[in-house]
Amino acid sequence: MEFNTFLIQLLNGVQYGLLLFLVSSGLTLVFGIMGVINVAHGSFYMIGAYFAWWLAGGLGSFWLALPAAIALTMAIGLVLEALLIKRLYRRDHLSQVLLTYGLILVFEETRSILWGDDVHGVPIPAILSASIPLTETLSYPVYRLWISAVCLLVAGLMYWVIQKTRLGMMIRAGSANREMVQSLGLNIELVYRVVFAAGITLAGLAGMIASPVSAVFPGMGNQVLIVCFVVIVIGGMGSVKGAMVASLLIGLVDTFGKVLHLEIGGLKLLPELSSMTVYLLMAVILLWRPEGIYGRRL
Amino acid sequence: MNANRIATAALLGALVALALLPFLGEKFTVQICTKIMIMAILAMSLDLLLGYTGLVSFGHAAFYGAAGYALALLTPQYRAANFWTSFPLAVAASALLAIVIGFFVVRTRGIYFIMVTLAFAQMLFFLFFDTKIAGGSDGIYIDVRPVARIGAWQPFRLDDFMHVYYLALVLLVLTYVLLRVILRSPFGRVLAGIRVNEHRMLSLGYPTFRYKLACFVISGAIAGVAGYLSAVQFGVVNPEMLGWHLSAAVMMMVILGGMGTLAGPAIGAAIWMLLELGLQSLPSAGGVDLGKHWQLLMGGFIVLAALLLPNGLIGFLDRVRGRRDESHD
Repeated sequence: MEFNTFLIQLLNGVQYGLLLFLVSSGLTLVFGIMGVINVAHGSFYMIGAYFAWWLAGGLGSFWLALPAAIALTMAIGLVLEALLIKRLYRRDHLSQVLLTYGLILVFEETRSILWGDDVHGVPIPAILSASIPLTETLSYPVYRLWISAVCLLVAGLMYWVIQKTRLGMMIRAGSANREMVQSLGLNIELVYRVVFAAGITLAGLAGMIASPVSAVFPGMGNQVLIVCFVVIVIGGMGSVKGAMVASLLIGLVDTFGKVLHLEIGGLKLLPELSSMTVYLLMAVILLWRPEGIYGRRL
Repeated sequence: MNANRIATAALLGALVALALLPFLGEKFTVQICTKIMIMAILAMSLDLLLGYTGLVSFGHAAFYGAAGYALALLTPQYRAANFWTSFPLAVAASALLAIVIGFFVVRTRGIYFIMVTLAFAQMLFFLFFDTKIAGGSDGIYIDVRPVARIGAWQPFRLDDFMHVYYLALVLLVLTYVLLRVILRSPFGRVLAGIRVNEHRMLSLGYPTFRYKLACFVISGAIAGVAGYLSAVQFGVVNPEMLGWHLSAAVMMMVILGGMGTLAGPAIGAAIWMLLELGLQSLPSAGGVDLGKHWQLLMGGFIVLAALLLPNGLIGFLDRVRGRRDESHD
């Protein structure tokens, strides 16, 4: 493989991995802190992308659409937690899976009623539409670099909030011992509400910033959800660090799995089979550490 | 003892009603009933994992779809497959898949088990959806149904909807009997022990990994029976048969009817299928075509059921009865 092609694939893999981190970190946070498995997490990736498309069209600017879409997603999260999710904290995983699965159907059908089932595109904002030339024929789009930068920024922000702020202290204490925190007079219910809303907003944000490069289409959240499950199984449930390591691993394995296949094309492997590499990786991890790289022992 | 006798009588009554139905109902009713019985077999097989062993599998459709695809791939173009070879082979395909997937997933517990079963099932879904192995996303037709010939004698014909109905009924009864025998055997008692406390079973010297894997494979094989029947009934298999929407639906059937019972999932399957039919035939309301968007209401129903019916309708009725008894005191 040529160096420039390798560089482009490396950047693509890292960008995909970072985007996956944005989605899966929300999922793993909500589970790690509240003990709730939210199967509808992927739906917020879709909702974010549709909001970006809808608002960018309505407001005429991606930069206005972005904060509006974030605010809307956050509001949905707050309402949803207050109405339904808070009733799941003391329930078993089965009830949690079923309720949030029901939400997927509700979100998908509402999306279908409001915006139809067509595939849409969001134009790349003008400032970021340039490409950096690498050679005479190869170049790398600035927008993809911007996606990676945003993801890294959010990851840094998340680390700072959780480790260094008062809110982060409350979150960490709340995940360790809910009753104790409550009896110390802290409003743990509010903390949970904010964490849930923030968690799904991370997924929504990923959908928003990915929409100009990935298109906006029905069912896009479900594909992402499954890959996020793989990320979490590999990284360890509840571990943000694990989500980061596993996301990058999956991003690189998936990207290079597709490219390397072309080089051993003599084997006549179907190109689609390369997407199985991710699951193969998960299977290997399950044999080695069933609780994931950074997970607590089962 | 009395309640037991009532349950047995109800079961026998249902069996007689099912046996007589084709003489009374129309073709459409018979076909719906066939579908319900197929789903009942699938739901019972899941309950072996979910209700009896405590393994929450979110990928059960994979084994159902695998047997369907096995029949489709075993059927030569424009000719019929042999029922007596294709049926056991299709079920064996599901069992084999369950061995492979089970080998990995049974190592995990709780939330991981849910995610890993779903991930492997979706892997299979995308394999058939994206590649041209068997028709891709459109699925594949089984133009000629399998033929069940023994020498010159043909005991039943699978292109006749009545015969398919009775085949499904017989297999439903056999599944019920088989599961009952399994659950009452020492093997079944170990499964129940694993559900309650796996560490205790381990320290008692039971190799729980092997027990759970065996349970996973039996469950997958029975799901294969249902998948084969479905492929025979409709003459088509598609990736939806492997998808998570079906896995979730089967889970709901088990929950609705009541986990940890054998008749419960069958009743749940009937409720679910009838609900689906009812919602799909809804008219437009307020500018929204509810029949087309029936999943909106189904989603709402699932949310409510998950909140209000953790122990299924059976548990709900028990609770109502319990409350009434208390108020009499």
